[in-house]
Amino acid sequence: MSSIVTETAGLAGARAGARRSSLWRDTFAKLKKNKVAMCGLVFLVMMFLFCFIGPFFSPYASGKVNTVMINKPPSLVHWLGTDNLGRDILTRLMQAGRISLTVGLAAMVLSVFIGSVLGVVAGYYRGVVDQIVMRFADILMTIPGLPLLFIIGAILSEWKVPTDYRIYIVMLMLSLIGWPELARLVRSQILSLREREFMQATESLGLRDHRKLFFHLLPNTVPILIVVATLRVGGAILSESILSYLGLGVVPPTPTWGNMIDAANTLIDFQKRPWLWIPPGFAIFATVISINLLGDGLRDALDPKMKR
Amino acid sequence: MKAYIIRRLLYMILTLFGASVLIFGLYALTPGDFVDNNPKLTDERKAELKQLYGLDKPVVERYFVWLGNAVRGDFGYSLQYQQPVTSLLGQYIWNSFLIASASTLFTWLIAIVIGVISATRQYSLFDSVVTIGAFAAMSFPSFFAGLLIIKFFAVDLGWFPPGGMITTGSNTTGLAHIWEVIDHMFLPVLVLTMLGVGSLTRYFRTNMLEIIRQDFIRTARAKGLKEKTVVYKHALRNALLPAITLLGFELPALFGGAIITEKIFNWPGVGQLYMQAFSLRDYPLLMGFTMFLAILTVASNLLADLLYGVADPRVRLK
Repeated sequence: MSSIVTETAGLAGARAGARRSSLWRDTFAKLKKNKVAMCGLVFLVMMFLFCFIGPFFSPYASGKVNTVMINKPPSLVHWLGTDNLGRDILTRLMQAGRISLTVGLAAMVLSVFIGSVLGVVAGYYRGVVDQIVMRFADILMTIPGLPLLFIIGAILSEWKVPTDYRIYIVMLMLSLIGWPELARLVRSQILSLREREFMQATESLGLRDHRKLFFHLLPNTVPILIVVATLRVGGAILSESILSYLGLGVVPPTPTWGNMIDAANTLIDFQKRPWLWIPPGFAIFATVISINLLGDGLRDALDPKMKR
Repeated sequence: MKAYIIRRLLYMILTLFGASVLIFGLYALTPGDFVDNNPKLTDERKAELKQLYGLDKPVVERYFVWLGNAVRGDFGYSLQYQQPVTSLLGQYIWNSFLIASASTLFTWLIAIVIGVISATRQYSLFDSVVTIGAFAAMSFPSFFAGLLIIKFFAVDLGWFPPGGMITTGSNTTGLAHIWEVIDHMFLPVLVLTMLGVGSLTRYFRTNMLEIIRQDFIRTARAKGLKEKTVVYKHALRNALLPAITLLGFELPALFGGAIITEKIFNWPGVGQLYMQAFSLRDYPLLMGFTMFLAILTVASNLLADLLYGVADPRVRLK
């Protein structure tokens, strides 16, 4: 009996010593076995390199208007053709990717931040704070995301927000829509975590609330948060593309994958010049599917309850 | 149970009240309205119209007037169509319902069949293809899927009309009319089915995998039942049961209109109506529609919870 106790205690001690690194190492080891998820990860890294480093190797990175080379189909000089201002589509695709990926990532970071802070606070303190936060989340969740985004997008268009600032505002909009679900998820986790023994320990140690919340409770929700956050990036990229396509998100001259597809709104470009709008669409598709595959792999690796 | 439903209904009303404040607040914040956006009007006429529509009153007063009418089922007049918002929604909603119900039917059929097959052959080639296919379907931006399909099937191949519900200027009746509508429906239904089938297939696959590992399945096999009977009679039934909850969540999708798909295919449904109203800043219509969506969402949540209790008697609603 006593040997079991010491053994488990020793195990717990070992775990406490190398806990942070071992969670990541375990996860990555499991992830490496999952070929599909690794494909997603590799492709995602390639996509990032393509968008962020690619333009340095392109002779057309300045985006200068070239009146001689307008609307040319793909050729050896311009691999994906040129647009109505004679700009190289491949280069624009990379530059647009920078914006789209950044918006997706930033929107995820923001909504995870807001959602987890509010979720932890609501779940730990319960009572009035919980009521206020969660009821507000409920109200935001009653209105479907797309119409809500449209309304906010339209308000911004009317307020004549300078185009340079639009990308920051799109990030804010997407995180505003995204946080309630995360807050709900974190809160439900906290509700059970706060009853566990380690919280009694923090109580008897007399730790301050912010230490309890952000050093003891929140880290325990990290595995689930990572999975949801990964999938969130894909969702944010999709939402951004819809908004920008409809002219309610990031607007030209800042290129994003979504507003490049806007070319499809012109009948002649849609029918006769598919190289203008098909490449950005596939870029979105490829990025989002890689994110989804990676997120699914992470879920398998991080969620011990999910047996495969 | 009765107490539970009453409590939920009260809570629904509170949530909807909050949603109405949010919706009205957002639209009230938007500068520029239907009257301002019309350059043909003189300043005097503008002031006159604003008074007529009550746009000159303070926001709070306008909100309570709007809410008071909305509670009685009156969402005001669409400024663009000069028709009551409710009757407009009533006209367009069935077009939306037509493609939504057709695609929901196909989505469920395909998802159940594929989900079950891939679960019974876990890790087979078929299963891997299905898994990747499901992720692909989930990763397409809706508008791009629509555009690609129009480009390929309507423009390049010319098999189907590129949009609308009937050919412009056509006045067919009877069977010919039905056939024409089906011809126009095909592509939007294809897109909606494609977009929805991914997540539902994954859902059924996971559900089946969970069920098939349970003891009663082993018992069924031990009794010497045929594999077919075990899978379709014992396992599938139990896998379908929790899916009933999902049916509750389908409500907004069925009646709320597919905004993007309807816009891309120029389908005369509520989603398309919404996008039009949006570009013209037809506020009564926009607020009415958004409120309608909120009501649908809240109602479908309640429905899903109630159905959950029906499907699984172990769940006690308190």
